[in-house]
Amino acid sequence: MKKLINDPGDVVSEALRGMAAAHPDRLRVDLENRIVYRKDAPRPGKVGLISGGGSGHEPMHGGFVGLGMLDAACAGEVFTSPVPDQMMAATKAVDAGAGVLHIVKNYTGDVMNFEMAAELAAADAGTEVLSVVTNDDVAVQDSLYTAGRRGVGVTVLLEKIVGAAAEEGRPLQEVADLAKRVNENGRSMGMALTSCTVPAAGKPTFELAENEMEVGIGIHGEPGRQRLPLAPAREIAGMLVDPVVSDLPYQQGDAVIAFVNGMGGTPLIELYLMYNEVAQLLDRAGITVARSLVGNYITSLEMAGCSVTLLKVDDELVRLWDAPVNTPGLRWGA
Amino acid sequence: MGVDSFVNWLRDTAGSLHENAAYLTELDSAIGDADHGANMDRGFQAVVGLLDETTFDSADDLLKKAGMTLVSKVGGASGPLYGTFFLRFGTALAGADLTPETLGKALHAGVEGVLARGKAELGDKTMYDAWAPALDAYDAAVADGADLGTALGAAAEAAAKGRDATIPLVARKGRASYLGDRSAGHQDPGATSTTLILESAARTLP
Repeated sequence: MKKLINDPGDVVSEALRGMAAAHPDRLRVDLENRIVYRKDAPRPGKVGLISGGGSGHEPMHGGFVGLGMLDAACAGEVFTSPVPDQMMAATKAVDAGAGVLHIVKNYTGDVMNFEMAAELAAADAGTEVLSVVTNDDVAVQDSLYTAGRRGVGVTVLLEKIVGAAAEEGRPLQEVADLAKRVNENGRSMGMALTSCTVPAAGKPTFELAENEMEVGIGIHGEPGRQRLPLAPAREIAGMLVDPVVSDLPYQQGDAVIAFVNGMGGTPLIELYLMYNEVAQLLDRAGITVARSLVGNYITSLEMAGCSVTLLKVDDELVRLWDAPVNTPGLRWGA
Repeated sequence: MGVDSFVNWLRDTAGSLHENAAYLTELDSAIGDADHGANMDRGFQAVVGLLDETTFDSADDLLKKAGMTLVSKVGGASGPLYGTFFLRFGTALAGADLTPETLGKALHAGVEGVLARGKAELGDKTMYDAWAPALDAYDAAVADGADLGTALGAAAEAAAKGRDATIPLVARKGRASYLGDRSAGHQDPGATSTTLILESAARTLP
């Protein structure tokens, strides 16, 4: 394992120290509880938005804390969900009387820990908490026999859009309903060229030969649904776009936000090359790209590979997407 | 009742999980996300920290605190599952003397907690595949008039068989479920850590 670390046990806390030092204007970091706060939270009258999950997906989620997105993010160990204590502390801290929305990716550990946090919050009395669970990964087909579809790329788009709605001062139920609507209209599919190395494990989670790729991966360095011979980008784009498009299904005339996400170890030149393929496929299908996003936003440490996310949008969602955002990981109009 | 026995159990479990951390992580690398060993080790080291700092008057208080510590330190699915086990296990022991019957009742309460939180069924390739046969073996031994040591020995042995029986299974819960058929042929890390915990109980509680 070659990594820029000191001790595998200190990776998360030292990275959070770095985040605090790098963004003192926008963020406040509670190092003890491993919570990244928007510096000016809580905002009076505003619904608090909290997300969180295992570390190793940077900039997700701490990098999406700030104006127009999250009020707080809880960082777990690498690829391990945070614990209820963190979520409770963050929930109380961002509640400004308008309630709090938990944005949870559908992974067993994340769901269980956020559920426990909600139970504790109820027992503790006070803060009204609603939650939305993202589950946009079409690679998981037989969801009756699994933990259900994983939450992946749509989580980024949802945090941006719902963040804008919360910024407008909308009430909790409306914000939660919007979050569900975004989740229901988004689908994703990912692939990997390499595994990644979890610092505490010290070696790659799985081995892939030079001529192999994994299709249908999640975001935890875990193997995907299928191991296939490596193919040209054009074919890979089809393998990702086809199952996404047919799943909702997205139809001719639909407008979408098209998101090509890097898993952390693929250079931007390849992501743009992939976007070129994706855009052509969508064009051929008669699907209009209203907005696009290309880059490393929900990553899996240094895993090479990418995912494609489509979100069907209407004018309202586009307007919320365009609203100002100022976070370390995403910034425009502000 | 015997607070010391439970202190010994938790310390012994911590040692066993520490020794097996790399092995558990290796099992988790095959079908999960390569963190089970590190997480369990971190959680039980925190429990050891609790034992070093605090003296407990009652076993139920000790076990409930240990459960809360696991919830607070482990994360992932294992934190809430093992944390809930020890919380419910401790609660069920409150005010009781340590007998094969009271321990059996507490084990059942703990495992019911695991089921309530994880919603797993037998054969899903989870820790429950070790817990369920362990409970059956424990109950059968107690019904035959076995003492605590014999009953726990039977439970640990059955857990190990249940753990081994997870190898051919296709996972239907947790992160391994996303692998579908590819999860077959690998031993479940959760069933493995459960077996370690029960083996430690058989060593220390009688």
